Amino acid sequence: MSSTLSAGGPARPIVVVAELARAFGARRAVAGVTFSLGAGECLALFGPNGAGKTTLLRVLAGLLRPTSGSARVCGIELPGGGLARSRVGLISHHTMLYEALSSRENVSFSARLYGIRDSRARVEDSLRRMSMLERADAPVRSLSRGMQQRVSIARAMVHSPQLVLADEPYSGLDESGARALTSLLQELRSAGTAIIIVTHNLAEGLSLATHAAVMQRGKFVRYDAADRVNVASYPATYRDAVAASG
Amino acid sequence: MADILFAAWLIARKDLAIEFRTRSAFLSAVVFSLLGLVIFYYAWDPTAVSAPDLAPGVLWVIFTFSGLLGLHRSFGVEAEDHAIDGLLASPVSREAIFLGKALANLIFVGAVQAITIPALVVFYNLPLGGVAAPLIAIAILAAIGLVAVGTLFSAMAVNTRLAELLLPMLALPFFVPIVTAAGQATAKLLSGRPVIEASAWLKLLLAFDLVFVAACTLAYPFTVED
Amino acid sequence: MRLAWLPTIAGAAVLGTVIRAAFFTPLEAKQGAAQKIFYVHVPAAWVAFLAFFLVAVASGVYLWLRDQRLDRFAESSAEVGVVFTTVVLITGPLWAKPIWGTYWAWWDVRLVSTLFLWFIYVSYIVLRGAIESPTLRARYSAVLGILGAFLIPFIHLSVYLFATMHPMPIVGKPSAPSLPNEMLVTLLISLASFTLLYFAFVRSRYNYAVERDAAAARTASDA
Repeated sequence: MSSTLSAGGPARPIVVVAELARAFGARRAVAGVTFSLGAGECLALFGPNGAGKTTLLRVLAGLLRPTSGSARVCGIELPGGGLARSRVGLISHHTMLYEALSSRENVSFSARLYGIRDSRARVEDSLRRMSMLERADAPVRSLSRGMQQRVSIARAMVHSPQLVLADEPYSGLDESGARALTSLLQELRSAGTAIIIVTHNLAEGLSLATHAAVMQRGKFVRYDAADRVNVASYPATYRDAVAASG
Repeated sequence: MADILFAAWLIARKDLAIEFRTRSAFLSAVVFSLLGLVIFYYAWDPTAVSAPDLAPGVLWVIFTFSGLLGLHRSFGVEAEDHAIDGLLASPVSREAIFLGKALANLIFVGAVQAITIPALVVFYNLPLGGVAAPLIAIAILAAIGLVAVGTLFSAMAVNTRLAELLLPMLALPFFVPIVTAAGQATAKLLSGRPVIEASAWLKLLLAFDLVFVAACTLAYPFTVED
Repeated sequence: MRLAWLPTIAGAAVLGTVIRAAFFTPLEAKQGAAQKIFYVHVPAAWVAFLAFFLVAVASGVYLWLRDQRLDRFAESSAEVGVVFTTVVLITGPLWAKPIWGTYWAWWDVRLVSTLFLWFIYVSYIVLRGAIESPTLRARYSAVLGILGAFLIPFIHLSVYLFATMHPMPIVGKPSAPSLPNEMLVTLLISLASFTLLYFAFVRSRYNYAVERDAAAARTASDA
């Protein structure tokens, strides 16, 4: 089911996280997480609402500072400023798009923020990957939620990130959108991109993953190499892991 | 530095493109300003206070209130579907984001002024004579200070429970030196006094701009880096 | 903060000051009894400025160290400062009516600046109340606490310029009275006792904030 790219020895590390914690006042959303992820690897992150998955991604994206512990992205200690952020592509269930602008303008604006000088071809390519080229000049407002999500994914990929952080990326996508996203993520992975994907759909997450983690109360309560995971029994494993720590 | 200014320009251009598409905030700010001119005129007894005496106060009070209309929209645009996260996750520095938003607001406020001031001159029958140039200088200095403070508070207010209610409360005390200085300087000019008599007010405006452009640009990263 | 004796001492000191000011300090020759309000007005104004100055200092250090205690101190000091500012704004006009012949004087730099202090720090309190997340609240209010301190000199200067360019006819504005020794001593004592009172109030307000945050933390960990 899952393929491993790590057969030829350990991959170049993209994410190295050690005892990472992030608190909001007295509440510790991420409470000591340790893992590392190499180029071409994909971590599927599962867990109930409020487990700290989104907070973990936001720390790695440079949107939140770590409270304690350390996190490195492409060798840069976070918070690593613009250099660290430029290596990361962020997809979330919020599209982060400007609805008055067209898809092309949104993606092109993003490309320029990432310092891509001659962005036209890159923008077209990104939109084509998500099959949004035909409607590229319509304002985002006029698109369906699923189409907006496709544009949002194109936006996150336009600068060829080395690390993709995907928070519920399938939400709102129809079947063909989901297929396009899966094949895009597969392809990025074989090209050496590291991916962390947060999802409630265990099968979907495991189909991409090289590693799987269950998060609960800010901690990894289970961490497996995906090729050792029995996909059929994983839902039970997940329930047990959550129940045991909840 | 060049990077910051380039990124700021990208962001400002994006904001102006959005405003140009929707035109909602600009139109309401212009109509609000023109209505303000009319209402203020009829609220006074013209035999007691002549229109040119009234004009400076009217102009700068309207200026701040119509400015608030545009400022509130500034980070409202970023709040829809969390577009601000896209900006913050990009390699662009926080200072560049602030300066870009402020630059777009400055152009917005300037465009509203470019319509309101001529309308004021016509409606209030002002003797413009040789004071057009210094009046424009006052308008620019006042707009810079207003936009610096207003952009920062707009960024903050949008993340609070009170949202648009909070912005005037936070910003208006900071607009008092601007309105006082711009209003008093305009009054000096319109009553035919030499520019030199308004110079203390112009210096105050300039000092306000320098202090608050710097302070707000430096403060903005603290409001987003959680 | 321990210092459990502080409120008692501060209360006794203020009571003593009031008694001394009322019964054991001579009447001022020109202003009569109205002048006695100064023994409340002046120290309240001093405490208000001290409170907001400390808000700005604590805010600046908070953004540097991110220590929750500094945020709680700023919160407490701002609220206490608003209380004393309100006292200044009430006692000022009460004195001004018999002496200046008017309750409010737009050309009085100190009075108008105090009014703006009140505006800024009331909105500071409203801002705090409008934010859920404790860290966001702390950062936003720290930014406002610092900018507010930058604003005060500009308000001061604006009112000063306004007043010098539009001199108002003031009904019998007294020149600064040279204080006889007894009055000066009373004033100094009241400055000291009001300062103690400020610290006593801030201490209580701070302790309240500690308990409130602890209770919130307990609910959060139970959830």
